[in-house]
Amino acid sequence: MYFCTVILGTKWWCFYEMKYNQLRAKLMDNNITDRMEKVPYRNLPSTLSFLWLALVLAFSVNNTALATTVTLPVQAVDTAAGEALFKANCAACHKLYKKATGPALFQVGDKYDKEWLNKWITNSQDMVKSGDAQAVAIFEEYNGAVMTAFPQLSATDIDNIIAYTYTPKPVPTGVAAGGEGQPVAQEGGLSNDVILAALSLVFLLLVVMLFLVNKTLRRIAEANGVEYDQDEKGKPIWKAFIENQFLVLVSSIFLLLSAGYFAYGWMMQVGVDQGYAPVQPIHYSHRIHAGDNQIDCNYCHSSARKSKHSGIPSLNVCMNCHKNIAEVAETTLAEGQTEYGIDYNAEIKKLYAAVGWNEDTQSYTGETQPVKWVRIHNLPDFVYFNHSQHVTVAGLECQKCHGPVEEMEIMSQFSPLTMGWCINCHRETNVKVEDNAYYEKIHEELSKKYGVDKLTAAQMGGLECGKCHY
Amino acid sequence: MASNKKYWKSVEELDQNSSIVETLKQNEFAAPIPTDEFLGNKETLEASSTTRRDFLKYVGFTTAAASLAACEGPVIKSIPYVVAPDEIVPGVANYYATSIADGFDFANVLVKTREGRPIKIERNDLATHSGSVNARVHASVLSMYDKNRLTGPKMDGNDTTWGDLDNAVASKLASISGDVVLLTQTLASPSTSKLIADFKERYPNVRHVVYDTVSSSEALDAFQAKYGTRGLADYDLSKAEVIVSVGADFIGDWQGGGYEAGYAKGRIPKNGKMSRHIQFEANMSLSGANADKRVPVTPSQQMQVMQALAGNGSAAGLPDNVADAVNKAKAQLQKAGSKGVLITGLPNVSAQTMALNYNEAVGSVVMDASHPKLTSMGSASEVANVMNGVISGSVKGLITVGVNPVYSFPNAAFAEAYKNLEFTLAFAMKEDETASSAKLVAATPHYLESWGDVQTKKGAFGLVQPTIRPLFNTRQFQDCLLKWTGNESSYYDYVKGYWQANILGGASWSQTLHDGVHHADVVLHMEESVTEMESSTNNGALLNGAQDGLELTLYTKTGLGDGQQANNPWLQELPDPITRATWDNYITVSAADAAEMGLENTYVANGALNGSYVNVKMGDVVVERVPVLIQPGQAKGSVGLALGYGRKAAIQAEMQTGVNAYALYNNFNAVQNVTLEKVAGTHEFACIQLHNTMMGRDIIRETTLEIFNTKDKDVWNGIPMVSKDHQEIPVTSPDADLWDEFDRSIGHHFNLSIDLNACTGCGACVIACHAENNVPVVGKTEMRRSRDMHWLRIDRYYSSEESFAGDTEKKDNISGLSSSLSEFGEMEHAAANPQVAFQPVMCQHCNHAPCETVCPVAATSHGRQGQNHMAYNRCVGTRYCANNCPYKVRRFNWFLYAENDEFDYHMNNDLGRMVLNPDVVVRSRGVMEKCSMCIQMTQKSILDAKRDGRTVKDSEFKTACSAACETGAIQFGDINDHSSEVYTQKHDDRMYHLLEAVGTKPNVFYQTKVRNTNEA
Repeated sequence: MYFCTVILGTKWWCFYEMKYNQLRAKLMDNNITDRMEKVPYRNLPSTLSFLWLALVLAFSVNNTALATTVTLPVQAVDTAAGEALFKANCAACHKLYKKATGPALFQVGDKYDKEWLNKWITNSQDMVKSGDAQAVAIFEEYNGAVMTAFPQLSATDIDNIIAYTYTPKPVPTGVAAGGEGQPVAQEGGLSNDVILAALSLVFLLLVVMLFLVNKTLRRIAEANGVEYDQDEKGKPIWKAFIENQFLVLVSSIFLLLSAGYFAYGWMMQVGVDQGYAPVQPIHYSHRIHAGDNQIDCNYCHSSARKSKHSGIPSLNVCMNCHKNIAEVAETTLAEGQTEYGIDYNAEIKKLYAAVGWNEDTQSYTGETQPVKWVRIHNLPDFVYFNHSQHVTVAGLECQKCHGPVEEMEIMSQFSPLTMGWCINCHRETNVKVEDNAYYEKIHEELSKKYGVDKLTAAQMGGLECGKCHY
Repeated sequence: MASNKKYWKSVEELDQNSSIVETLKQNEFAAPIPTDEFLGNKETLEASSTTRRDFLKYVGFTTAAASLAACEGPVIKSIPYVVAPDEIVPGVANYYATSIADGFDFANVLVKTREGRPIKIERNDLATHSGSVNARVHASVLSMYDKNRLTGPKMDGNDTTWGDLDNAVASKLASISGDVVLLTQTLASPSTSKLIADFKERYPNVRHVVYDTVSSSEALDAFQAKYGTRGLADYDLSKAEVIVSVGADFIGDWQGGGYEAGYAKGRIPKNGKMSRHIQFEANMSLSGANADKRVPVTPSQQMQVMQALAGNGSAAGLPDNVADAVNKAKAQLQKAGSKGVLITGLPNVSAQTMALNYNEAVGSVVMDASHPKLTSMGSASEVANVMNGVISGSVKGLITVGVNPVYSFPNAAFAEAYKNLEFTLAFAMKEDETASSAKLVAATPHYLESWGDVQTKKGAFGLVQPTIRPLFNTRQFQDCLLKWTGNESSYYDYVKGYWQANILGGASWSQTLHDGVHHADVVLHMEESVTEMESSTNNGALLNGAQDGLELTLYTKTGLGDGQQANNPWLQELPDPITRATWDNYITVSAADAAEMGLENTYVANGALNGSYVNVKMGDVVVERVPVLIQPGQAKGSVGLALGYGRKAAIQAEMQTGVNAYALYNNFNAVQNVTLEKVAGTHEFACIQLHNTMMGRDIIRETTLEIFNTKDKDVWNGIPMVSKDHQEIPVTSPDADLWDEFDRSIGHHFNLSIDLNACTGCGACVIACHAENNVPVVGKTEMRRSRDMHWLRIDRYYSSEESFAGDTEKKDNISGLSSSLSEFGEMEHAAANPQVAFQPVMCQHCNHAPCETVCPVAATSHGRQGQNHMAYNRCVGTRYCANNCPYKVRRFNWFLYAENDEFDYHMNNDLGRMVLNPDVVVRSRGVMEKCSMCIQMTQKSILDAKRDGRTVKDSEFKTACSAACETGAIQFGDINDHSSEVYTQKHDDRMYHLLEAVGTKPNVFYQTKVRNTNEA
């Protein structure tokens, strides 16, 4: 019987996945862009499917997925050292299985003579100049891109690198196949949700059983002619309630107050889009860029230092790195697919399409399609906000307002961006007056006036209407 | 009190029984909300099927629906560059130096661009020898975003490609036999001059004729006859001690304008001295309004005045007061010697020659004939030849560049002849009157999209560089010439090459381009269109006085100039400095003539002005239905009419205002004899003259140089006294104050100083304020309802010539019939030749602001930097603040002026909205707005300093109006910085606050006007 459930479960899971994908696709097609659609239950399908599977698990035995093992050819040289050297020196321009600035290097040792390779790596330009036919051919094939000379690499180093280039392309692991319903394997232990769900199911069964037993007993009793006490029809409770005017008064006041409380709460959130995380045309992960790779916020949002806008980086900034990074690491790719259902490589392709980069020829086509990002932090038009004031002058961390961006896979609005939130910060935050000649005089005078050493933004006049509204 | 003079804004105010003045005094808003329109009619109310209950249901439903719909915000897209240009940082403005040279206005300017869009024109401080950046130049940025512009070349009325147009032109030019005229504006461009020479060489039947729409031909002829080269003498009025002008509106557009900066320098009393300015003129012009003594004389009398002043003529025969004034002026000129200057605007070669001779003879240091201005080159007789040639058929082809002869030629037959011409090619930005009947139309870019160069004055060069990629498929004239002469290089390369070879002399091209201006004493061989002077047709002709009619002086208005920018709503809505009328031109008539002809100006209950219509006749030419405006100070027997109006082609319906006065511009001569004939009908002016009267308080303070020099400050600029415990104490005393003073000595404290002596009323600040602060345009009907939105207005006050000492006393003593008689007499005299004072008024940013205390929602509050803040999003539109403002500077948004088809001006189309300043909110319906003292600019200066970790320099603090002010009348700065200019101004003896007696303690202050009444 549980086989049936498993199949059913898998189907449900598939169904959810399908629905979800459809929704996603729809969103990506910009079909519903007129209104801001919050997607608060983005993770609901997966949560539900896990729940269901866990339930199934509770009644079934674990079955493990078969792991594919790949046997690697054993090399005499140190491939590990080769890998390190490759990543340090070569990876900027070369990839193993794909053309980049330079040719793909997989099994490069088979293509060229070892001596020749050694010479080429040590100083390629010498060979080109000396008119080596092979060298000139490569040089011309790659549009005269000059390969850096590596005189520091010893022959062993080069051997190690070449050995590393024989690393075969890893076979995509099972996780990539979506429809097989394998995420079972990831379920580490039973979560609280699962236990609670199971308990409530048990409880429900018990209630049903109790009811059935009661009914059966009663029928038996009736059949046997046993008499039992019938409750006397007293005054219904609602009637008693209505007759007690005091209670009615108190409860209506209570009801009104609580309704008022909730209505107020609801109304105050109108227009506050905290947590707003729209689906973007290109899935860009701040977690990978700012978190894993530690790229400084200002690298891409450079105008935050000197302008009122932080600036969405133009695509040429993306290409500074992504010219060479056409694919993400295997582990990152797997992580994206399992945890977020995103193929990062496909997203990079979208960038290439937008900026007009032809991967095969490694050149720009000139056909561009500017990306229409969905703006997340929307201040009303009547507010003037200046990033540089806060970033450069005050020296605030971006995270202060934008939250732990380096952990966000999908960028969302962290702060409420309400006026009260601004004002509170201006009341609490001290102005950074150190080493700023502008503040010298005013700091001295105001310190004397208020009798404090540190001055808050509010004391500097940061609460005045006209400072932000004009 | 500074003086006991009586000031008035309109003649109506002089009539004490005027009910309208009384009504307006009581009302802040001239018209009440028109509830009667929908509640007044009982029948319609009863006929309606909607019951009260239904109505409430609808209201409830719509409110609920609206609030539900408001719960979700819109999705906002952000589209970054694919490849960002290096110099653009979103949110940071870039400035580029360029020059405007549209044939009428020539100036070196800075262009402020945001994200690649030009949004504002500013003065280029490096330019010392160029024309002024006037209201039209400031507004020119909006003309680029004109949705009526041509979007590409046209052939026979259909869109075509540049390639086809090139071929068509080439084949036409090759095949045509006979005279082809290249009719251009004054280009003043050395490189274009060379290009045209090349073009003429290639096509020998092409003849180049320069046509100035508003001609200075006589002055040019006079100068050329005397000095050998064609140009206009330049004047540095800052060196003048006595300026006598006979009909020259040099603060306006006389000979290209640009004299106000120098003029104002000499007008500020320094060491007890200031210049003396005497003006003889017919129309009340800006110059006349600023003069110490203004004598209204008709053009024919001006000729005699000129002869009496400069030649050996005498003043005999002139009216007594004029003769007296002439003699005194002559004596003063003689006394001033080389520090005196005589200028004239009479369109007459002999008058112009007399002026040049006089200045030359006395060795006037004011006139500079060695470096003539080159911004006007046209010869009226040559242009007349072209006009007649086209009509007669002797001219076979006409290429027009930057001019619109079908509209501006006086001969009506020209339009038809032009249509039938074999070869017509118009270089035009819009499908104007000429372009719409031309066979070939080459769409040209705006100057902000073009390359170019200009020599405004001998030795003073400027570069034109594009500040935005061309918005449309346009090609500039010079690029076309290059193509047609077989030159493959672009005009940019051509200009650069030309400059490096001829002008720069080793100086860096990049640096020059950065500066926008260059001074070099190089002599260029400019192609001169007038090589041989014909005897001028205007010499001595006319100016004999009209036998049975009136003498008409055609002039140009501050707003529209020669009419090129007629489709610019900012300029249409700019009130004329003198008449305060918007959206119109009209014939100005003296009160005496009007009474004689039965012409009327009446004020209606809401303060608007109505006027009669006349037909203006000059020979066979009749200009029909011209509205009449009775102008105090108009010389009796003369009338005035502004050029530049009445355009129809490629002009939005709302902006097809006024009548075309070019029909009367016979022989390109600004003075004509006409007759007026009253016709039926009443014209509704949108004149903001009577709006918001100041109720006769001590608004303008004025004194004479003599009193200023000899008397104590308290006599002529005393602090008003108030009574406390029956003791007189000055209003500035803390005892006279309701409030505790806030300590403003820490941080910045901004003040604005306005010098009434230096303010000429030119209106540049008004347009600059428009551009900087996204001030909406409301249109003629709203203006008429006194719902103008100008944050900064320039009030114009008339006062009668004599001081009114003891006037109050006199008035008290007279009662009954004699009283009204004397008032009538007073009015008669005062209105004949009033003195004029200009006063820019914006929000006074009172430290004790009456508006702040009455706002029920605290939408307006005070900052410690002295600014009175206005939080639009907080305002609920009660208008209490406006009612409580003693200065009448708050403006209410009666409607939504942006994205509203009812107000179809620049804010209603995507192109026009590009001019909006992204740092300033576009206000919505139902909120109050007012001058913010350009807080966005001061905040920016402060932030720049903070970011660099330095203190702010005095020169960094600016407002849009202070930055635009050519004369330095408006100064802005921080009074806590004791080295600042504004601090010095604040402690000047002439300083006073507007309505100081009210105790509002404004942060805007004025400098008392001093008039040099010294007659000897």
